[in-house]
Amino acid sequence: MKNIIEIENVSFSYTRAPVLRNVSLTVPEGEFLGIVGPNAGGKSTLIKLILGLLQPGSGTIRVLGNDPVMARSHIGYVPQYPTFSRRDFPINVMDTVLMGRLGFTSHFGGYSKNDREIATETIQAVEIADTANRPVGTLSGGQLQRVLIARALACKPEILILDEPTANIDMRVEEDIFGLLKHYNENMTIIVVSHDIGFISGYVDRVACLNQTLICHTTDEISGKTIEELYGAPVRMIHHSHQH
Amino acid sequence: MQHALLGCLLASVGCGIIGTYVVVKRIGFMAGGIAHSVLAGMGIAYFMGASPLAGAMISALISGVLIGWINLRWRQHEDILIAAFWSVGMAIGVIFISRTEGYNIDLMSYLFGNILLITTRDLYLMLILDSVILVLVLLFYRQFLATAFDEEFSRLRGINVEFYYILLLCMVALTVVLLIQVVGLILVLALLILPAASAAQFVSSIKRMMLLSAIFSVVITTTGLIISYEPDLPSGSTIIILAGVFYILSIITQGMIRKLRKN
Repeated sequence: MKNIIEIENVSFSYTRAPVLRNVSLTVPEGEFLGIVGPNAGGKSTLIKLILGLLQPGSGTIRVLGNDPVMARSHIGYVPQYPTFSRRDFPINVMDTVLMGRLGFTSHFGGYSKNDREIATETIQAVEIADTANRPVGTLSGGQLQRVLIARALACKPEILILDEPTANIDMRVEEDIFGLLKHYNENMTIIVVSHDIGFISGYVDRVACLNQTLICHTTDEISGKTIEELYGAPVRMIHHSHQH
Repeated sequence: MQHALLGCLLASVGCGIIGTYVVVKRIGFMAGGIAHSVLAGMGIAYFMGASPLAGAMISALISGVLIGWINLRWRQHEDILIAAFWSVGMAIGVIFISRTEGYNIDLMSYLFGNILLITTRDLYLMLILDSVILVLVLLFYRQFLATAFDEEFSRLRGINVEFYYILLLCMVALTVVLLIQVVGLILVLALLILPAASAAQFVSSIKRMMLLSAIFSVVITTTGLIISYEPDLPSGSTIIILAGVFYILSIITQGMIRKLRKN
């Protein structure tokens, strides 16, 4: 199995205070990886480094054997929900999902028939076909999240990266969305950032715990103690079994 | 009067298209900064005996590119930057105009517009500006839409976000020059924003918002012109007051539509 993402000894800081220290992580093809950690632990920063939106202070990052900036057209990205606050923007679901085709389609004018077919397929796949012509401002949180996932899938990515995809969404919808991701995991590598380790460990293969430094656990290793070490305080946790 | 009506129509095209982007991207005050700094170019051109409109166009484009470029590098100082362009630009303009003989009447028409004095040459220039804006938007509609909606995602899809940002500010600059003909540079901001903000109450796509705000703009400018004509009121100011009233009415109407739908 080849490695899709290789991160070696990466450190990063925005100002003087370090955000990431000597982070190393290898993601094999087809993995469903969860990244958890406290707020300001560097989760979103690590994602932005993988996407090539930020450059590491030291260390190297290779994505699909390439520089992240070169590789990012193969990555589908679902941004963090709370920062995505343009709900008053006059745009419908179809046009939002079509944006996932930018970069693959002609530079001038409109979208091709092929682009529209792909967008329609992904809208159906994430089960929001009935909202295709609705303005995004009228959708529920769960529906909007599906639109953003569809937009990322319309890139036909090899890697899907989601930053807190289920923040502000109720539990039942959260389960639906992770069920959907589990299904897509059969064809692509998925990385999902979350602060809810208890919940995601039922879905992911491996959990990377990030608080400036990074420690990886396979999901069966996770116990109250690992979480306590990560957050530096006792955390309430519901124990659940895994089928592996 | 015919010239003036034609001028209103031409100004409305650019106003509808670019006003829409200004509203959804929330760069109203940046547009204001560009508009006011235009006085510098007009003043210098006037002083040198050149066409004030040419001076306006050059200085609008320069300040569009500069504001955009500086803002991309030092984003946190956006407000200071705009304030500086806004007032320093005007100050330069006033100094040059004050050094030119017989400036009083013209200064007023730059600041508050005088569409009744519009010439055939001005109309041709407006037609060219409209064409440039239309062609650019038709070519890059998707890129402008994507960068306005979600910059980060657009960047990941290989769009040169900075390039389209500066291009958009240049188009805002051209539109400002278009609208100065109608309402003058102080009142430009309202005409750029209010028709589009009114249209935003009723539509859910950028294309329709552009069309509707262009229509609103035609209605507002021509009605304002006609109202002001008989009692000889300043046409620019009449148009702007009308735009304000129109905006309030559109908010009230939208509120009533929502209530009716609920019942």
